[in-house]
This record gives sequence, C-alpha cells and structure tokens, in this order.
Amino acid sequence: MRNTLAVFKKEYKTYFNTPIAYIIITVFLLITNWLFYKGFFLINQATMRSFFGSMPWIFLFFVPAITMRLWAEEKRSGAIELIMTLPLKDIEVILGKYLASLVFLIITILLTLSIPITLSYMGEPDNGPIIGGYLGIIFLGSAYLAIGAFISSLTKNQIIAFILSIAVCFGLFIVGENIVLMNVPYFIAPFLEYMGLGSHFASISRGVIDTRDIIYYLSIVVFFIYLNIRSVESRKWR
Amino acid sequence: MIELTNVTKRFGTTTAVDNISFSVNKGEVVGFLGPNGAGKSTTMRVITCYLPQDEGEVTVSGYNVFENSLQIRKKIGYLPESTPLYLDMEVTEFLKYIAEIRGIPSDVKKKNLNKMVEVCGLTKVIGKDIGELSKGFKQRVGLAQAMIHDPELLVLDEPTIGLDPNQIVEIRELIKQLGEEKTIILSTHILPEVTATCSRVIIINEGKIAAQGTPDELTSQAKGEFIIFALIRGNPDDVKSRISEMDNVLESRLIAGKGDSLNSYRLKSKKDVSEDLFHLVSSNGWSLAELRKETLSLEDVFTKITTQ
Repeated sequence: MRNTLAVFKKEYKTYFNTPIAYIIITVFLLITNWLFYKGFFLINQATMRSFFGSMPWIFLFFVPAITMRLWAEEKRSGAIELIMTLPLKDIEVILGKYLASLVFLIITILLTLSIPITLSYMGEPDNGPIIGGYLGIIFLGSAYLAIGAFISSLTKNQIIAFILSIAVCFGLFIVGENIVLMNVPYFIAPFLEYMGLGSHFASISRGVIDTRDIIYYLSIVVFFIYLNIRSVESRKWR
Repeated sequence: MIELTNVTKRFGTTTAVDNISFSVNKGEVVGFLGPNGAGKSTTMRVITCYLPQDEGEVTVSGYNVFENSLQIRKKIGYLPESTPLYLDMEVTEFLKYIAEIRGIPSDVKKKNLNKMVEVCGLTKVIGKDIGELSKGFKQRVGLAQAMIHDPELLVLDEPTIGLDPNQIVEIRELIKQLGEEKTIILSTHILPEVTATCSRVIIINEGKIAAQGTPDELTSQAKGEFIIFALIRGNPDDVKSRISEMDNVLESRLIAGKGDSLNSYRLKSKKDVSEDLFHLVSSNGWSLAELRKETLSLEDVFTKITTQ
C-alpha cells in the first residue's frame, strides 16, 4: 500500500512537472466549454445534457492522451529496467500509475464545474442530473483509463498506444450503438448492447444512477487492470 | 552469495548466455570481463530478476530468482548499463522516491540521502532535473540510487563508462572502498579497471565462461611460461649454448647485437630462472647489463582468450 502510494505520488507529479498536464487541461476546457456554450443559448435551458452527452466522444481523444505515456515512456527510456528491479510488486506499480491518471482526470473534470456554477446564476438547473452526470463521466473516464493504461503497456511507442487506445475505446463504444446493432443477428444484439460503453452511459447522464451501470464500469476497470498485470508479468514468462 | 548453475538465456535464435555456472562469495569484488555482446549485461539482468533465464538456476543469498524475486530485489543495488533514470525528476526528488520504495525509514532517509550526495559527488547538481545532467553526473545519480539503501550486494553494469578520467578514478576508489564491506559484481571491458578493483575475474566470451581466477592467476595461467630478456657481454656462441643448457629453459634466442660482444637474448622458461641466469653469467665471467622479465598483462590474456 505504501509503495502504491509512492508510485502514485511520483506519477502524479510527473504529469504536472511536464507540460502534459497543462496542455491537456487547457485544451480540454477550451473544447468542452466552447462546445457547450455554442448550443447553450439556442436551447435556452439550464441543462447540461449536451455537455454530458458529448463526453464519451471527447474522452475518446483525451483519455488516451493521458494514458499513452504511462508505460510506453518507461519502456522507451529504459526506466522500466529500473522500476522492475526495485522491490515493487507489479500490482503496486500498475495501481499507482492507474490511480495517478484517474486523479488527474478527476481534477480535469472538476475544473469544468465552472459550467454548472454559471448555470446556477443564469437559471435554475436541476442538480440531480448534474451530479449524476458528473459521476457518470467519472466512471466512463475510469473505464477508458483502464483500457488506455493496458494498451500503453503493450508498446514502446506512445503514438501507437494513443491510436490503439482510441481504436479500442471506440470499438467498445460503437459495439453497443444502433449502427452496429442493426446489422448483427437478432439474438446477439442485446448482448452487444450491454457490452457497449454508451448504453450504460445513457441513464447516468440523465441523473439516474443504476447499480447495473456502476457494476459494468467497475468490471471494465477490473478486467483491463487484470490484463495490464498480465502484460507486465509477461516479461517474466519463460 | 550468488550461485548460477547451468544458466542459459536465448533471445530468439541467439544464445546470449550459454550454460554458464559460477558463484560469487560474500565480500568478494568480482569483475565480469568480456567483449561487447559476450553476455555480461544479460547475466546481470538475470541475477537482478529483470529477465528470466531459459534454463538453469540462479540463487542470491539462497533465494531463487523465480520464487523469491522480491526478497532478492530488496538486497540488491543495481546500476544498469543504460543508466535509466527519470529525466524529468530533480536529483534529490528522485533519490527520495527510490529511498521511499526501498523502505528506508524516514529518520534514516535524510541521513542516507546526504551521505549519497556526498559520496557520489552530487552536491553541485542538487536542484537540477536529471535530464539536464551530463553523462558523468547521470552515472553518479545512478550509483547513488543503487547504494542508497546500503545493500549487501551491488550489481554494477559498466559503472565507469562515459566518465572522464578523473571521475573514473573517483568511482574506482569508491568501489574499492565499498568492496571492503559489500559484495560487488561489476562488468566492464576496461581491463585496468579490473586489476584496480577486483579480487576475482570472470572472463566471458560468446555466452560462455572462458576463464576464471584472480588477476594474478589469470596472467600466469595464460603465460604458462616465463620470458626473460637479458643483455649480456660475452662470447655469443658460448653464452647461447650455456643458456640453452640451463634447467627449465625451453628455448633461447639471440636477438640483436649491440656491437662487439654485448648482445640481447630472449629466454622462454618453465619457471622464473632470472636468478639462475645471474649466477651463470657471473660464474662465467661475463657481465649482465640488463635483466628484464616480460609480464603478460591482463590485456594480453583477454585478447588471447577471446580471439581463440
């Protein structure tokens, strides 16, 4: 536990010691705020539905940008030889890195609180859906992060990690969308719909926190962290 | 302390380490010598649990690298060849991180940190990011992280590579000092380094151990014969025939005449016959102007062994 914390602190600091954090946060805030306010005055309602609805797509690009360096950088710089010969268990390193990226994402998300605050001055927004929406995107984000972290552990090249993460997250998302469901055999459709990241997001974005959705997201996180452990362990396989 | 038994490691079709066995005892400073690509780094990576071997067993202090990897890693301080460090961390920040992971208690942490800074000469670079440092200083930071937890065993892969001559001398002195209390295994292809710091040498070539022993043992092993040069004033034919009649002399040669009866001779013998030669010269009334033993340096041993 103490080691996980040490790794977490170091990884977290790395985000802020380098331009990474600042650029990601700035561009993220610019894009989300712009997209939201663009349509806000037209709709003329104090609601954040469009904000939350667009998140799965925005995360698709930003989350891989956060996770791409997690493992790929270690492998590329050779620092992996250092970290793997320290008395650290694989799980401690993996969790430490994952948690650092999660906390970073949460901070980035919290910085968008300027939107609901502004809304509360301009009108009377319904707080339930807003809180639910924020919870929902945190869960969604944590799932994307787990996928991104795993993929980063597969390659030395950050760009490959980035693009592959986008592809897998997109794949997992689109598999539950109508466009795919329309074209698959009838009996597979419900299964695929459950697998898709999007379907679980719909209820949460309306402010309804369904335990089924929470279990789904946590399962994704656990599954990909498990894969991450296997991938890091694989160097020890004979 | 370290035991390798029949260890083999392959990378695809290349066999980097081929059925090697050796041991390092507590308190020894062992030098791992070999040309590039001989398998030195690979062997070290197997010992430090970074790479798994394909065949054979490796134990450190009785712990097996597969089953007790964590315990082994706690006991070892490792400086990899590429000196991997986190370039965006500041020097003391990095060392503190390593200290924390090494489980050094907080009251001891500061003390150890300061000691490392002093011992490795890092006072000048405190406050700088590791990425800004020169190769020599990066190497020193690497050494500091390997020693900060006062490990029993130090594994150093080419510790003086890339350093300037002054730094090399300093690091060697440091290694010698540390060698008095700790067990050290270091690899290098700089031969004088080995004679300067190591109590035992293992020469590895193409994945196999070519020779083992103390530096002295190796130089006389490869010799198998002693060579003496002598400058003798006396009748060349007499001198030559008397010398070849001497006990233990394998062959003798007249090299070059310096004019009149002063000539140089080269003797190859099974044992050190320099004193016998002196007696021979004086009992025959000749005079000895120069007597020199040719010593085979470790370089010669190395070249001989690795180019066979």
